[in-house]
Amino acid sequence: MSLRTTLRAIPTIMRVGFADAIAYRAETIVWIAATTMPLVMLALWSAVARDAPIGRFGAQQMVGYFLAMFIVRQLTGSWAVWLMNMEIRDGTLAQRMLRPIHPLVTYAVAALAELPVRGLLALPIAIVALVAFAGSELTRGPFMWLVWVAAILGGWLITLLTNLAIGCAALFVESSNKIMDVWLALYFVFSGYLFPVELFPRSMRTVVDWLPFRYQLGLPVEIMTGAYDVHHALVMLGRQWAVVGCMLVITAVTWTFGVRRFAAYGG
Amino acid sequence: MRAYASLFWMQLRTSLALAMQYRVDFVTDGFVEVFWMITALVPLFVVFDARHVVAGWTFGQALMVTGFFTLLQAVLEGAINPSVQLVVEQIRKGTFDFVLLKPKDAQFLVSTARILPWRSVNVLTAVALFVYGFVKLGRGPTPSDVASALLVLLASIAILHSLWTLGVSLAFYVVKVDNLTMLFGAVFDAARWPSSVFRGFLHVVFTFVIPLGVMTTFPADALLGRASLLELGGATLTAVIAVTVSRTVWKRAIGHYTSASS
Repeated sequence: MSLRTTLRAIPTIMRVGFADAIAYRAETIVWIAATTMPLVMLALWSAVARDAPIGRFGAQQMVGYFLAMFIVRQLTGSWAVWLMNMEIRDGTLAQRMLRPIHPLVTYAVAALAELPVRGLLALPIAIVALVAFAGSELTRGPFMWLVWVAAILGGWLITLLTNLAIGCAALFVESSNKIMDVWLALYFVFSGYLFPVELFPRSMRTVVDWLPFRYQLGLPVEIMTGAYDVHHALVMLGRQWAVVGCMLVITAVTWTFGVRRFAAYGG
Repeated sequence: MRAYASLFWMQLRTSLALAMQYRVDFVTDGFVEVFWMITALVPLFVVFDARHVVAGWTFGQALMVTGFFTLLQAVLEGAINPSVQLVVEQIRKGTFDFVLLKPKDAQFLVSTARILPWRSVNVLTAVALFVYGFVKLGRGPTPSDVASALLVLLASIAILHSLWTLGVSLAFYVVKVDNLTMLFGAVFDAARWPSSVFRGFLHVVFTFVIPLGVMTTFPADALLGRASLLELGGATLTAVIAVTVSRTVWKRAIGHYTSASS
């Protein structure tokens, strides 16, 4: 399981994942359509902000925020947990473990391969809409866009690692889909998906800062819409990557202990 | 009619008995449902923390809309989605033959075939929301308001059921429609908010294509005692049209059913 074999296998796994996403393109479209919540929230919050701004958000800022949110959600999604739950239960994980490459890496690469297809289907329209309706809200300067790329990567890693960690939890309990349901409910509320986290009452803000959720979606969106200066953005990015580190440790630990309990059917 | 009533009772008892087999599921599913519903209420609190009136609705009034949304969601999760999954599975495997062979109406049989009671605990959440809303408003509903609200609610459930019949009918042509549940769930979520929030394109879609406004805003208006005759009539008419259309489509769709072996 050397690094070289892993690196050499990655393009192939990517191709397979990509072909999968193309083969089930109708399903992919349905999945994209199912993430249109930001557009409903856009309608709601711009109605609320129409008369007078809330905090720094006028109607225009709300449009920018939620269109950016739609784009970030498409770029940072991961659904590895469902696949893992299925494969652990029916024993397919055993086949993955026979390959000379770490199973978690194959899940991660397969998840990554889905993103370009989603991107091609959903992003062009969203980007045009964002530039047309709220272009003035976007951050300026190439450096901030570099920070944004790092924040997107960090956000995606947190989502992916959470998926993998909760997927590994299925090695301990029969099915961890319910755990994921609870996680998702919290994620929707605290990530900035339904409303900017700045709108939480002050007392809640500290809690939100310490939870991982806002670094998954809210932070990239805020950087994209110019909520931070360079210094502040870098501080937030540092916190985000600290969360990535924590999640990496948690995933590694649950995998190491969980896999010892794995008994495939017929094994 | 009496035969159908006793048949319904029998199907319900079977579902209950099945549900009681998995008692841990019973508790965890119920817990997850309530948890989702409560977290989904947070935006409502945040919106009304910032404003006293949103699109002409006060907090107490908006709670009624959310209450009816929660109620319909419970019906959807507990009674409609499970039977859709069942019938889609039957169509794919070809066991739908057995349903068609039975001497009672197939549409009735499939829509009552599987009921997951624990997914319906949110009926209680809905009642709590109504109570809280009226406490906020500082008054209670009159009996006639409750009666007209119940009438409109019945119409809403009929519309919801019709939309699902249309979805299931699609399964006879394209076979794999499981994801439709996800898609509809995402769109239906907009019904959480009073329909006057939405303007322009979304307003048209939510009024005429998927009548979300009729389903949650109208009953809320009725319960608040401010529903016009137009709203009451509109809800009833929409329901009648929805049921007729979905029934016709269903009849045509089962004509397209080819069992798995043929």
